[in-house]
Amino acid sequence: MSTPTESPHSAAPADAQAPPRGEPVSGRADAVAGKPPGMAATVAALLRKELLVEPRTLESVPGMSLFALTTFVVFHFALNRNSVDGDLAAGILWVTLLFAAILGVNRLFVADADQGGFDGFLLAPVDRGAMLVAKALALLAYLVVLELVAVPAFALLLLGPSLPNALPSLFGVLALGDVGVAAIGTLVAALAVRTRARDLLGPLLALPLLVPIVIGGARATSPLFATHATAPAARWLLTLGLYDLVFGLIAYALFDFLLED
Amino acid sequence: MYGKGLRALSISTVAVMAIALSLVFFYAPLDAEQGFLQKIFYVHVPLAIVALCGFVAGAIMAIAHLRTRDPRWDMRSYVAIHMSLIFGVGTLITGSIWAKGSWGHWWVWSEPTLVSFLIVFLLYATYQPLRFAIEDPERQARYASVFAITAGAFVPMNFIAVRLSTAYLHPRVLGSTSNLPGPMALTFAVSLLGIALLYTTLCRYELTAKHTRAQLRDLRRRLSGETVDTQTRRPRSAAPTLHPTATHPTAMHPTATMTARAVGRPGA
Amino acid sequence: MAALELEGLARHYGEREALSDVSLSLGAGQTLVVFGGNGAGKTTLLRILATLLRPHAGSARVLGSRLPDEAWAVRGRIGLLGHEPLLYRELTARENLRFHARLHGVAEERVEQLLEIVAMTGRVNEPLRTLSRGMVQRVAVARAVLHDPELLLLDEPRANLDPAAIELVDPLIGATSGHTRVISSHDPSGGLAEADLVLGLRAGRPALLRAAGDVDPAEITELYR
Repeated sequence: MSTPTESPHSAAPADAQAPPRGEPVSGRADAVAGKPPGMAATVAALLRKELLVEPRTLESVPGMSLFALTTFVVFHFALNRNSVDGDLAAGILWVTLLFAAILGVNRLFVADADQGGFDGFLLAPVDRGAMLVAKALALLAYLVVLELVAVPAFALLLLGPSLPNALPSLFGVLALGDVGVAAIGTLVAALAVRTRARDLLGPLLALPLLVPIVIGGARATSPLFATHATAPAARWLLTLGLYDLVFGLIAYALFDFLLED
Repeated sequence: MYGKGLRALSISTVAVMAIALSLVFFYAPLDAEQGFLQKIFYVHVPLAIVALCGFVAGAIMAIAHLRTRDPRWDMRSYVAIHMSLIFGVGTLITGSIWAKGSWGHWWVWSEPTLVSFLIVFLLYATYQPLRFAIEDPERQARYASVFAITAGAFVPMNFIAVRLSTAYLHPRVLGSTSNLPGPMALTFAVSLLGIALLYTTLCRYELTAKHTRAQLRDLRRRLSGETVDTQTRRPRSAAPTLHPTATHPTAMHPTATMTARAVGRPGA
Repeated sequence: MAALELEGLARHYGEREALSDVSLSLGAGQTLVVFGGNGAGKTTLLRILATLLRPHAGSARVLGSRLPDEAWAVRGRIGLLGHEPLLYRELTARENLRFHARLHGVAEERVEQLLEIVAMTGRVNEPLRTLSRGMVQRVAVARAVLHDPELLLLDEPRANLDPAAIELVDPLIGATSGHTRVISSHDPSGGLAEADLVLGLRAGRPALLRAAGDVDPAEITELYR
């Protein structure tokens, strides 16, 4: 990529505020804009922007995590139980994670929609699918952080059986589920953000679509929460994997149509 | 364009349904276990099958819409989904009646078809609110198509997942269509055909009605000599409308020029 | 080759025609100024040329490529400065410009160069939400010309800029920049002064299309009645 040293003003000292009048500042076109970035570079640029903005607004991750913790407390009182195991434990964990994820999904595109981020991206000579990938990766990152907070909290507050042996399998199942949630969550977020009832439509659309994830995830997790933990059944992992594949591809294929004005 | 063949279609629908009903009541044998109530199977399962096919058809039409940007595909997709949703409600109601009769409960979680339909119903019930929440008609159609395709892919996925999760509990009784003895199979086939025809006819009627309404609006506008620029007086709606503006690329009157308003209409 | 060739360009919004029957030709390096009241279609036209909106009828050739089929060829050679700055409020001026630079494959030195030109080097590390509207607009100008586009699309570019800032950005987006420009304006005399070609829109239709020299400012004010 050529540097602007070919432009007439490279010799200007740092304290000069404006170039001499009458001379085009920008130099030749090819001196400035190099090759448009490929897919990976675009995703990297977008992801970098996401991860710069999120810590400054703290709109997603702290809210999701706090919500999960509060929900565990609510479950304690609602179910009137001090500890849960098996199916019940798996169910509580997945429901809580799902609803916390919905919070993150709701916020995912809000900054872009409100601050003209879509237009800025659409003007660039890049593959538009990169925005789906970048946003889904960001959502995935938020979900992982959420789980790093929620799972220990769950083990502490509600879970009866001890967890350490089952942890690797648990995180494996969660990872599979997270990918599906990220794919569908990003698609639904993009769909809902430019409608009138964006905060309502997001959950309404996402929850039914995520039912297979809940089915696969909860069924896979419940043997891990049994008093004598056993491995998850392969069929549930396959269900999750199939879902991830199908909806990952669909989200990627359809996303462009949502970005246009 | 849409009105063609409507009468033939209606007549054949009524005829086939009449035959199906007589077969159901007079020809199909009584089920040994469930007796007369089992006959609801001949309504419940065809409704389910036709509704599912309708949702998938809606998804395919949505793909056509996104590829061609022709709003007529969006209209067809909307009607297909809308009608399937109604047939889906029918599935839930007939299934519920059967469950009450057979098991004593209005709802059973052990029947995967019923459960899957509930989830699918909850999903497609958001289709119209989604459309209603988007004012720009072109964007409304586009977003609706994206939804229709996603939901269409979801339907089989959902069935697989729910089937797997209920597999342990009970053998499928309501929805089983395998191993049907001859007379039952025939009755089932005719019922299925009848319900499929009913679906197609109703969709055709709705499409024709919308199309006609659009033509009427267009004629009225031309007669009163209004310019095309008048603000639409119609309230915001979830249903797509065909608006034959002269500059529309897929105008119903493709020979209309861009600036001149032709008084005579070419045959539609 | 003309920079812009529009033939019967149209776009509707439901039953309303946002833009219809716009035909014109603009040579490279020339300036087209578009006048018209609110809702006349100026922004719609600019957004179509920016490839953000698809035309519903007619044809448009921008920098030789047909829209919308060849829109991908033309992105990256167009700069849009609209009503929205298209910048993230939580990021600093430098972070915003670097982000756009990465999306366009532009070197980082160019970001620094532009920050100097628009005199934003002082507050370059503060989030945009702490800056005044005028400063944000300056950064927005920098964003629009970051990748040195051949065609500039400017929607009331001097709104929110004080006279000093206008002077600063003039070499970037003004007549001396040498780029082909399409400007939407509300200022009859000022707009006329920098135009080569004038388009007046009323309710989406072209009410006036003439070389700037043949147009009287009074005709432009007529458009707003």
